[in-house]
Amino acid sequence: MSALLTLDRVERVFGGVRAVDGASFEVRQGTVHGLIGPNGAGKTTIINLVSGLLQPTGGAVRIEGLPTRGLAPYRIAALGVARTFQNIRLFPDLTARDNVIVGAHLRRKESLLARLLGLAPAREAERLVRERAESLLQRVGLADRMREKVKNLSYGEQRRVEIARALHSEPKLLLLDEPTAGMNPVEVEAVALLIAKVAAEGHSVLLVEHNVRLVMDVCHFVTVLDFGKVIAEGPPAKVAEDPAVITAYLGGPQ
Amino acid sequence: MESLAELYSTYQSTLAYVGLNALLALSVYATLSCGQLALSSAGFAAIGAYAASILTLNFHVAFPFALLAAVVLPMIVAVPLGLPVLRIRGVFLAIATVAFGEVVRLGLVNWDYVNGAQGLVAIPQKTEVWMVYVAVALALLLFARLRGSKWGFALEAIREDEPAARTMGIHTTVYKLAMLVVGAALAGLAGALEAHFSFMVAPNGFAFGRVVDMLVFAVVGGTVAYYGPVVGAAFLTILPEALRVIAPLLGIEPGPLRALVNGVVLLLVILFLPNGIVSLPSRLAARRKARSAAA
Amino acid sequence: MSGQQVINGLFLGGIYALFALGYTLVFGVLDILNLAHAAVFMLAAFVALTLVSAAHANLLVALPVAVVFAGLLGLVLERIAFRPLRGRSDSNISGLISSLAMAAIFEAIAHEIWGPNTARFPFDTLPDQQLQILGGVVSRLQLTIIGVSLGMFLVLWWLVQRTRLGREIRAVAESPRAARVLGVNVDRAIAWAFFISSALGGAAGVLFALSFNSVSPDMGRGVELKGLAVIILGGMGSMTGAVVAGFALGLTEVLVVSHLGGSYRDAVSFAALFLILVLRPRGLFGAPSLREA
Repeated sequence: MSALLTLDRVERVFGGVRAVDGASFEVRQGTVHGLIGPNGAGKTTIINLVSGLLQPTGGAVRIEGLPTRGLAPYRIAALGVARTFQNIRLFPDLTARDNVIVGAHLRRKESLLARLLGLAPAREAERLVRERAESLLQRVGLADRMREKVKNLSYGEQRRVEIARALHSEPKLLLLDEPTAGMNPVEVEAVALLIAKVAAEGHSVLLVEHNVRLVMDVCHFVTVLDFGKVIAEGPPAKVAEDPAVITAYLGGPQ
Repeated sequence: MESLAELYSTYQSTLAYVGLNALLALSVYATLSCGQLALSSAGFAAIGAYAASILTLNFHVAFPFALLAAVVLPMIVAVPLGLPVLRIRGVFLAIATVAFGEVVRLGLVNWDYVNGAQGLVAIPQKTEVWMVYVAVALALLLFARLRGSKWGFALEAIREDEPAARTMGIHTTVYKLAMLVVGAALAGLAGALEAHFSFMVAPNGFAFGRVVDMLVFAVVGGTVAYYGPVVGAAFLTILPEALRVIAPLLGIEPGPLRALVNGVVLLLVILFLPNGIVSLPSRLAARRKARSAAA
Repeated sequence: MSGQQVINGLFLGGIYALFALGYTLVFGVLDILNLAHAAVFMLAAFVALTLVSAAHANLLVALPVAVVFAGLLGLVLERIAFRPLRGRSDSNISGLISSLAMAAIFEAIAHEIWGPNTARFPFDTLPDQQLQILGGVVSRLQLTIIGVSLGMFLVLWWLVQRTRLGREIRAVAESPRAARVLGVNVDRAIAWAFFISSALGGAAGVLFALSFNSVSPDMGRGVELKGLAVIILGGMGSMTGAVVAGFALGLTEVLVVSHLGGSYRDAVSFAALFLILVLRPRGLFGAPSLREA
């Protein structure tokens, strides 16, 4: 299994704060890789660095071996990276279905001219995209809410729309930033199953989560972050027993 | 017989201006549709108007070619304007584009070749009302076709949340620039058509107040739908004509009454009907539904 | 640059600075551009003119009355055009537009009451003694105007830096939510900010009218855009910036007119405005948060 995502001594400094301080780890193809750590450990910053919303101030991020330094977010997306956001960034005035449709932007190859002339192939392509969006929404259990504006959906429903939207681009690497925050146990279970299935289909997932049980159940490997540094990594069981991890979460000056 | 001809020519003028204002309103809408408040349309209209007028007046160029120039030249100018300026957010983009418009206007005021502040007169009257409406129809067709397409969705995404749109692979700068260019083309065309309808053109016709009017047409009509600006332009062009009849009955000058009514209409719309006139049917329907649900 | 030009530049700059301070105060507090500011500028001038010509009031009485009137107009503006929009997500654009609406209404009212023509102060109401200072000729009027401007800056500085109200306004400008948590009456602070802002704009209007001895319903137009240039140059939300940039613009304009001729005066401000927005949008003193992610 080759490395899809490599972080090589990545640093990100804000003013005087070292949000990410020489973090290195790999996400291997077809795996679900958990990224956990106490609040403020730098997890979301890493997601932002990988997706291109932030540039590293040191070290390198590589996707399939290609360094992403200096690439704009839309370029990185074109490499096959999709993400969700910790504070949910859906398009509020668009419907659930329309939000998911936007997710497929990169995969759509229609010709502008054909569309402007109103030609049949363009309309056909649009219909297909609509259907795919609807089936994705069905997959996350929101088929009956697809025509609602997302600002009218519940928190848990919005999170699921975001996941569907990210999946629509058929990403090689899916970055999920606390996807189950605010969900009830039933919803969490559904998301866990979804993530497992997505990985089985060949996508790789980098999962930032606070729900440690979910991480243990669904992840092949886990990296633990504290104060921007990697303090442990390996299979979930091994990480759970690592004394450094236990200290970071329970003991120490929090 | 004579009064009928007079009547027709009066209505013809209003009809033409409804169409011209619709084009200008759509020009502002083009960038609003992706969330950018660009107020450069007066400047582009000036460029189109003067380019076409110079060609027909001084070089006796055929009208269609003059119109072509009026469309192409603003599009070319829009690119070096847009690249630096579209990176700026919100209100500052608006101010920068207003500054652009003023620079164009002041440039024309100081350019002797076009008679500076006095402008050009005796421009051949080549514009027919049908031409204006063909232009409006084509513009509406463009926006209608974009809606629901890959590019239409990309524009909406940019409007709703630009950074998130970028993480979905949307090259936001290209889209915003494309819309600025489309807006420039529409404004240039409108400027040229107007110049050849009213046979004169002067820099003061393209001052800040003009682009504010265009924005008002778009907002009052409603920017949630591509036909909203046309509705707004029609409403706000016809309204003053109606007021011109009413004003003497109220004992008020038509000029200030028109400005007053414009201001009041705009205020009422922005406070109570923020999505414009076109949102009125759905608002009423929603209210009716709520009322029957409560009953 | 000659002493004469410096004086002319300073007195013009003082007016620009007063006007721009009004803009920047509201922008700092609400993140909104109040485009009715120029209309208030104009109405205050008309009120002062009417007091002097019809009521035979002394200038020294008319000026403060007009300024207070302008402040009250600011309260009206805030209540009608800005407060209802406060919760909205697009409040910057909608605030802009509703202020445009109020500007149109104010202008129409002025047009209706005073007519479209330029009015002048009655012949003997303006002091016209000339004095010799710094190698230039200064009229007593100009000196008074400079004096009033400086006086208003001082009062404003004292208000903002040394009073509780000033602290509250600054807190709201920083973060309305935090201010509310700290017990600040946000609504009241914003209302006061509008009062002060419009009072400043009104003062600028009266002084402008006195300087050029001309009052007309469209006198706000030219200054409106110049005011924008000043706050951009100085940095949106920065009062120091507004003052520095205001004087800078006044001096620059006088310089440009004397070397390049009058027709280039305005073009220079807009070209400068454009360049600043592209190169350094936060201006001289503004906070660096204007570009997108």
